[in-house]
Amino acid sequence: MLRRVHSIAGLAAACLIGFLAVTGALLSFEPAIDAWPATAIPSTGITVAYTAGAVAARFPDVERLVRSASGNLVAYHGSNGKQGADYVDPQTGVGLGPYERSAFFGFVTELHRSLFLKTGGRAIAGLGALALLILSISGLVMTAARLGGWLRLLVAARGTVGQRLHVDAGRAIVPALLLTTVTGLYMTLATFGIVPEGGGDLAAFPAGVDGGTPAPVARLAALRAVDLSSLRELVFPVEGDATDVFTITTDKGQGYIDQATGAMLSFQPNSTAQTVYETIYRLHTGQGLWWLGLLLGAAATAVPVMAVSGIVIWWKRWRAFPRLRRNVAAQGADTVILVGSEANATWGFAACLHEAMTQAGHRVHTATLNRFASSYPKAQRLFILTATYGDGTAPASANRFLDRLAKTDISRWPEFAVLGFGDRQFPHFCRFATDVQAALEARGAQSLQPLAMIDRQSSQAFAEWGDATGSHIGVPLTLRHAPQRPATFTLTLASRIDYGAAVGAPTAVLRFVAAPSTGRESHSPFARFKRSLPSCEAGDLIGIVPPGDASPRYYSLASGARDGFIEICVRKQAGGLCSGFLHDLQPGASIQAFVKANPQFRPARGRAPVIMIGAGTGIAPFLGFIRNNTGQRAMHLYWGGRDPKSDFLYADLLSWFQRDRRVTRRVTAFSRVSGGSYVQDSLREDANTVRALLARGAQILVCGGSDMAKAVQSTIDEITAPIGASVATLKAKGRYVEDSY
Amino acid sequence: MKKLAFALLLTTSIVAPGLALARPATIAIQMAPYQGPGAYLAIYVVGPDGKYQSTLWVAGEKPKYQRHLRGWSRAYSTSGGSIDAITGASVGSGRTLRIDVDLADALIDAGYEIRVDSAVEDGSDYSGDAVAPLRSGGSGTTVRGTGYVATFAVKM
Repeated sequence: MLRRVHSIAGLAAACLIGFLAVTGALLSFEPAIDAWPATAIPSTGITVAYTAGAVAARFPDVERLVRSASGNLVAYHGSNGKQGADYVDPQTGVGLGPYERSAFFGFVTELHRSLFLKTGGRAIAGLGALALLILSISGLVMTAARLGGWLRLLVAARGTVGQRLHVDAGRAIVPALLLTTVTGLYMTLATFGIVPEGGGDLAAFPAGVDGGTPAPVARLAALRAVDLSSLRELVFPVEGDATDVFTITTDKGQGYIDQATGAMLSFQPNSTAQTVYETIYRLHTGQGLWWLGLLLGAAATAVPVMAVSGIVIWWKRWRAFPRLRRNVAAQGADTVILVGSEANATWGFAACLHEAMTQAGHRVHTATLNRFASSYPKAQRLFILTATYGDGTAPASANRFLDRLAKTDISRWPEFAVLGFGDRQFPHFCRFATDVQAALEARGAQSLQPLAMIDRQSSQAFAEWGDATGSHIGVPLTLRHAPQRPATFTLTLASRIDYGAAVGAPTAVLRFVAAPSTGRESHSPFARFKRSLPSCEAGDLIGIVPPGDASPRYYSLASGARDGFIEICVRKQAGGLCSGFLHDLQPGASIQAFVKANPQFRPARGRAPVIMIGAGTGIAPFLGFIRNNTGQRAMHLYWGGRDPKSDFLYADLLSWFQRDRRVTRRVTAFSRVSGGSYVQDSLREDANTVRALLARGAQILVCGGSDMAKAVQSTIDEITAPIGASVATLKAKGRYVEDSY
Repeated sequence: MKKLAFALLLTTSIVAPGLALARPATIAIQMAPYQGPGAYLAIYVVGPDGKYQSTLWVAGEKPKYQRHLRGWSRAYSTSGGSIDAITGASVGSGRTLRIDVDLADALIDAGYEIRVDSAVEDGSDYSGDAVAPLRSGGSGTTVRGTGYVATFAVKM
């Protein structure tokens, strides 16, 4: 909901907000520029009477003295209909040069507050401020939720480059945005009379004007009682009109002063509304607070960055999400589909089922598992389609499902059917789907169909499930879904190094480069980009689809696009289709691949130490992190292999990196040597060091097979128990990150 | 109700001098080119003795800026009354303001004149920027302003 509000407000008002931000940033310079001449001449300690007398001596035809919020004093004077205005020195009354408001700032001010569209334009500018306020608040709440609470609002953001930029820039400028939008909105509301601006009605001209011979300005008692620093404006009486008076405006109010007696004839103090409005006006414009103005202006320059990164984030999410035709509300649906998906693949199947049921004349409601409704009054059936996260837990869009389910009365839920998606090559195949099935049965919900599982996005299995389900519920269900594969690019194998054959763990380090372009491609204006590598970093995943198979296998990257090559470590699995294919590749051969960002698996920003724990091919992302560690941040590598003579991946390169301190310390464990040990054994021996590093804020990254990952978890739990920490608490802080397979 | 009461007041003040017929008139003000936001204007009738009689039109709605229309605001704030129904938007550089008014016959050829005060934010204040005598012979004659008003004409 919040995200939708944020997206709609952002998309609808992006241009307007960008425009207001740019014009606002330009205007932020005006108070600072205006403050330059003022800084030289102090105006405290002298009275208005003194300065007015000095100015009147230099400018006998002075009509008004205006003191700006920045402290500049301007004398307006005129004779014979020829009017002028000059900066004046408050001490001597000497003219300091003509005053005229900069045409540029005048133009930009009008553009900023009304786009030259008068009253309607002011309403538009106000709506822009409102949209930015909504964006600031919703963005702040979303950021807090995403980072795990208000107290964690300042911890390092995670995600893609665009997401991090959006969150970081947003956190930095949100105080300025809140200030500038709230004040801007208040000013708009005041323009339309919805909140009082103060300033009141015209003060009545005073009765009882003496009318005698005017006294010299410098002697007027009421003017001698006012310090120049509190003056806003002093209007002189009309020349030769003894019945006229001085009109003075100070920061406290407005009064009339008799030019003969020097008495304050009447004084109208500022109303509270006026004081409030003026404060808000100054906070928004920075008038008299030039440093605040510059800060707000600097913050405003980040707004276009926020707009662009926000639109990019929205666009990516929008494109990744399948279109659901006629998704009806939960309360009115006869068929409900709930989806648990990590990377949107399961959504494709859900969308296919949604479409087929809708075409069969049903009213279908499709939502994520997290967002199930407590009741579906009209539903006759409930389908749950869910994937399983790598470690057997819930995927992202279902991570709160089981908790919520336990607290919900589902006695009136319709019959349900669970369809799990997974890959039989991995442990925990469809574990979460199994858990959901069990949880629903335990709560007494009626099963429409037994739990079914789809291996590796098989279109055929899905179609068969559709046939069976369709005949069961009496709806002809033809489910044809070919999973969309991301756009791939071509890589050419440049070199390979083989390890581990002697110890039964044949492992190849494969280095790919961008495929050379063919003659035909070079006609395209994008040819240059096509030949370059797609954007990726070490720790991201590369998806490779072996010939003759539908589903991709993922490998961790040991390098990024900026290294100019893409390197992976592949262990040959017995009967493994993809690993076999890759192991058979010879330099010069090409493959099709795509990149899957894995931004969670990175060293956190900052200088805190990094502990990297891996075994076998799990070294790959760590090698990439170490390669990039030219800043010599403390990086400790724990790695396990079988035999240093056979499968010691990257042995030479790591020695080199240790000499130039890109890796601080290396601890290796080998299992097939006499007295062999595993990586978790090395950790246990090193417990004191690990605890000391954790005390310095270290982050733990684990990469490798799931058995190793599990062993490392329990070892770290052992090690950290004495210091009151655990894998769970470290994970919650983003200080324990795993990439296991 | 407020409008009606005001209409009566306005008519009374203009018609009162002779209790005679009123005639329609058009006031046209052409603004000079200048830099800055819309100008505030007060258009009002002054008697043969230079005394304020009544307000015909005020351009610009905020009292805090109306204060800068000095000749008019002094007289108006003393004499009271309401200008709610005869207040409109400020007038920008180069624009023309045209308003229709009813002028009592007794004001014509009796030494009365129409004055215009003008003021611009961050600019100057002109009291009596333009002044046109109410003479039947001079109907439609263009008067030059001294400040933000370029020309001023009253056509009866």
